[in-house]
Amino acid sequence: MSAHDHSAEHALSSSHGDGHDFAHPMPVPTLLAVFAVLVGLTIITVAQASFSGLFGDFDVAVVMIIATIKAVLVGYFFMHLSHDKPFNIVVFISAFVFVGLFIIFTLSDSQLTTQDMIQVQDSVPTSAVAEPAQS
Amino acid sequence: MSTIEADTMHDAHGGHDHDHDHPSFLAHHFDTPEQQFDSGKLGIWLFLVTEVLFFGGMFCAYAIFRSLRPEVFEGCSQFLNTKLGAINTGVLLFSSLTMAWAVRCSQTEDHKGLTAMLASTLSCAMVFLGVKAIEYSHKWGMGLLPAGYFTYDPNNPHPVGGTNWLLFICAPFIVITIGVVIWYVVAKMSDDKFQQAVALPLIVVCLSFFGGVGLGTILESGGSESHASANHGEGLAEHTDADHQHAHNDDHAHVANESHSEPGVLELLATDATNTGLKNQISAEEAQAALASGSVTTGVSEIEATVGAVPREVLTPSRAGVFFSIYYCMTGIHAIHILGGIGVLVWLLFRSVRQDFNRQYFGPVDYVGLYWHLVDLIWIYLFPLLYLIR
Repeated sequence: MSAHDHSAEHALSSSHGDGHDFAHPMPVPTLLAVFAVLVGLTIITVAQASFSGLFGDFDVAVVMIIATIKAVLVGYFFMHLSHDKPFNIVVFISAFVFVGLFIIFTLSDSQLTTQDMIQVQDSVPTSAVAEPAQS
Repeated sequence: MSTIEADTMHDAHGGHDHDHDHPSFLAHHFDTPEQQFDSGKLGIWLFLVTEVLFFGGMFCAYAIFRSLRPEVFEGCSQFLNTKLGAINTGVLLFSSLTMAWAVRCSQTEDHKGLTAMLASTLSCAMVFLGVKAIEYSHKWGMGLLPAGYFTYDPNNPHPVGGTNWLLFICAPFIVITIGVVIWYVVAKMSDDKFQQAVALPLIVVCLSFFGGVGLGTILESGGSESHASANHGEGLAEHTDADHQHAHNDDHAHVANESHSEPGVLELLATDATNTGLKNQISAEEAQAALASGSVTTGVSEIEATVGAVPREVLTPSRAGVFFSIYYCMTGIHAIHILGGIGVLVWLLFRSVRQDFNRQYFGPVDYVGLYWHLVDLIWIYLFPLLYLIR
């Protein structure tokens, strides 16, 4: 009970809490601004992919960093993490931590133990492309 | 702590006569609307955690296969239409905006706005699926299918007389659209204002699927046809190129091309992986040329184009098939999540028209919103990882 009394107080004292007990309506300009930034970041991602070799081998890293920035924006504003309970945030973030651990361990294991375990089942060599003909 | 309190309070009330201070939207086992909201919120967060872990498994499969065969990913990614992917990203981001706006409308008790925002979110979801239908049917027609079904032939990328997959995908949507229109007409005739108010936005939603199909068709065909077929050839050429490098043949082949006055037929036939004899002949000629020029003297006469080397060169269909397995699995399950989202959003649309939500009770809108944003978030990662590999 004490926790929700506290948050109710918080809601009343904060500027958003004008009569909306525990609701925190996100202002429309904020929503539109976040959307604009998200679209901008998407355009940047596509643009950097079309200039291939701009970052060389770090392409994947750059793309993932941009995607993560977008994910944080979506989470913080659209998913209301800015006004959510810390416990919910911890629960959500922990999911990504565990996915990260899972991928890191599985990936390093597969790289250390197996080279290429996917079975080849092509009885007919349809892959042969007339490569010299193009040059 | 609060559970115990709730129990004792419930007992103190003694039975079911506590309705006087409980509004209709508050379940009887909750004390306050806020308690109800917070419980539901924790529940939906836990569900989202399971969703993240679920998709995490597929991202892991993606990571393993990409680290094993980066060149297959680079080549196969050429088959995915970046324009369609980018448009779909924009559409999903916009639907996230309208969903967040819908949550705001439910909190400020703007019932008309809530219905409008939910309908636009639904329309965006339908446009997304429409574009996706174009992407899928196009690839199925070309034989770009999961491993085991992969039948793509670079010499005949667009086989004639195949199944019209687009019609198959569109058929359920056509049936649903007709059904909704009939429902609207019946509601109009029986003068049922509520059902009319629900069916009218749903007609718009259904029609936006075909809007998406139209948009996809324009982008898929508009200016990209010649470009696309060039890309396809290039894509597979890149694989075989990479595979050639594994067999240490590539450099020599180029040398042979330049030094001989009649390139073509022999090399062309030799690219067929089963022609080991011709391969041997070519490599012998290369060795001769290299010896004659006096540049290389050791290790050139090794014959590598033996039958044992054949499997390496015909890897492409099953490898590319695995890429498309991952592609269809990830985007397909994402599309199933979109379909599920459409289901719950239609339910919300009903309740929104019924004016169920107020500033004390907006939980369902908020929870569905969180789910919808997560689906958007997964696409934010899927798009660059699948479409933008260079």
